[in-house]
Amino acid sequence: MRNMMFAIMLGTAAGMAQAAPPLGLPPVPVPADNPQNPAKVRLGEKLFHDKRFSSTGEVSCATCHQREKVFTDSPLRVSRGIRGLTGTRNAPTVVNAAYMHTLFWDGREPDLEGQAGQPFLNPVEMGLKNYDPILEVVRSDRQYRKLFKQAFGLEPKQITMRHVVQAIASFERTLVSGDSPFDRWYFGGDEKAMSEQAKRGFKVFLGKGRCVSCHTISQTHALFTDNRFHNLNVGFARIDKDVRELAVAFMQARKKGTSVDVAVLSNKNTSELGRFAVTGEWRDMGAFKTPTLRNVARTAPYMHDGSLETLEDVVNFYDKGGRVEDDDPVNAFQSGGIRPLNLSDDEKADLVAFLEALTSPEYAKK
Amino acid sequence: MNTLSRRSFLKRGAGAAIGGLLPLSLVEVAFADKRRNFTFAYISDSHIQHIKGNQFVRNWDRGLIRAVAETNLMDPKPDFVMYGGDLAQLGTKAELDHGLELLGALRPHTRFVMGEHDYYLDLGEYWSKLLGPQYYSFDHKGVHFVVLNSILTYDKWINKWSTPEERMNVMAGLDNPLGSPFMVGAKQRAWLKQDLAKVSKDTPVVVFSHSPLQKIYKGWNFWTEDAEQVQALLKPFKQVTVFYGHVHQIQYNQIGNISFYSAMATAWPWPYPATYNQKPSHLPKLTVEMNRADPFFERDATGWQFIDVWSGRATVHYSLPENTPRTVAYNPKTRRPEDTRYQKKRIPPQKHY
Repeated sequence: MRNMMFAIMLGTAAGMAQAAPPLGLPPVPVPADNPQNPAKVRLGEKLFHDKRFSSTGEVSCATCHQREKVFTDSPLRVSRGIRGLTGTRNAPTVVNAAYMHTLFWDGREPDLEGQAGQPFLNPVEMGLKNYDPILEVVRSDRQYRKLFKQAFGLEPKQITMRHVVQAIASFERTLVSGDSPFDRWYFGGDEKAMSEQAKRGFKVFLGKGRCVSCHTISQTHALFTDNRFHNLNVGFARIDKDVRELAVAFMQARKKGTSVDVAVLSNKNTSELGRFAVTGEWRDMGAFKTPTLRNVARTAPYMHDGSLETLEDVVNFYDKGGRVEDDDPVNAFQSGGIRPLNLSDDEKADLVAFLEALTSPEYAKK
Repeated sequence: MNTLSRRSFLKRGAGAAIGGLLPLSLVEVAFADKRRNFTFAYISDSHIQHIKGNQFVRNWDRGLIRAVAETNLMDPKPDFVMYGGDLAQLGTKAELDHGLELLGALRPHTRFVMGEHDYYLDLGEYWSKLLGPQYYSFDHKGVHFVVLNSILTYDKWINKWSTPEERMNVMAGLDNPLGSPFMVGAKQRAWLKQDLAKVSKDTPVVVFSHSPLQKIYKGWNFWTEDAEQVQALLKPFKQVTVFYGHVHQIQYNQIGNISFYSAMATAWPWPYPATYNQKPSHLPKLTVEMNRADPFFERDATGWQFIDVWSGRATVHYSLPENTPRTVAYNPKTRRPEDTRYQKKRIPPQKHY
């Protein structure tokens, strides 16, 4: 995060309410070349919800990242774009994505700005051929012209895609949520904030469950991710037999200019290459980014392919050393951290109770 | 670094990695006849350990399984695989059989070096029954390869134990003062002299042994008692490279005309990380500790190698799961192996934790 300037977003009359990060979270990192301002955040929110930026006028960012679903499209396994086309991966939440070191399940973009530009052009997401339709709208729409002037001081002709994605990223940097029962107990010292069962679950989380090794917490805050990539043995069986042929063919196609973004979302097999598709390193074969666990009880289904329906399923999967069934094969590239855990039924239930205590008040079931 | 340069860094990194699929990285200084450049894989020290019945230590199994899988991914395929010894932990049939079963998934042809953990139960009898001679030579694309059994020792020590199991257990403790120094021995040295007599002095020679054919530290048996005598036999040759396993860490050195490179273990790092002490495990008795490996990621501080051979010299690519890969290559200017990244920019040792 050397490139990031840690800036606390100051509250203003314009309605940016966060004077300090919520309990359990560090200050939001803001890139030096894209400082936050209220107009930019409002602009970003409008862009985020604008369906005109898809080829059919049906899909906006918010289609797969809905506020009432913690900015996911739960309970869909994989996201649905234009004309009902489906991708290959489960929509990650935008909430607290501001803290991620890389974006997308395979980390193929280094920041929110980079992420924001890709779904517009992906044929199974928003399906535009190029960015021209977006620029036409934002340069001609009266409201957009006003907001871009306020946010960036730009005349319509000067607006570029860089400004569009910067505004979207600025909006996303306001979507930070902590203050869960866990935060109020662990960081706030309120003994009554979290149930006894969840407290027992936290012990499993730290110890026998080995969860905290990747879903990390620190003394002052908890992001619940190590920002690293691991092969858990989810979905890899699909390509295990032909992995060499698939990897070599993909890298050759990439050399000739194939887009990673398009390839991994439109081909189920290519998708399972995971982080390897980005780095070309064998050690990243089938590895995906550790997601945060905040609000996890509200974002089912789980894993990069949405293949596990409930938190109980997820806990069972880890308990079996990265297997759904006891006799499922374990692939050769599985992360060295994953191994059978021998959790008791009580320990599993406690762990789930702990995960349910990570929901922020604004996303709690009403 | 601003966001844009970070982005271009990521993209550049990815671009370089595509080249990484083809491990030949030094073609510009390679054999004049490019057809003689080649790559082989080098896997070592898996220490497959039998618990009981069909149970084996999962951690050590997983290391070998992953090394085999990565080797099978190489494009172009390596010309062959060398297995550097210590396939088994206590030299039993069950361990050697299981280890060879896991290695059976390798697509390229595999050759073997004897390790002390393979040897000291039955003095190499079952190993030889499965894999053939314990020392031999072969030629490949203009390079003369020699495989030695360097882990022999004095007869007196071999015969002093009440059971083969006792002997094996003592030798399995790397820093056990009751152990005995390794050696190639007079018989093999005589064979080596004869074998090398047929080879022209311009021919690049590559030697594989399990223990280092140099004296590093006797207390850990990083040692071969007759190293100088073996080195003397190799001295007349213009280009000599020695690869060894045993040490479970990256080492490289130059003695006269001989370049030395070690192999990582697929099983565990040496010295043992202190973190291995946290819960009972099947690791051999914990003696020397180091604060390095991540206790969670079992493959941390283990690895395996892909080696480019060019102009009779070697470039060793260390594949290190959970870590940044390293490359150690012979530098024709300084005439010694050097880490391509860290030789000039040394990382100071960690003094407190």
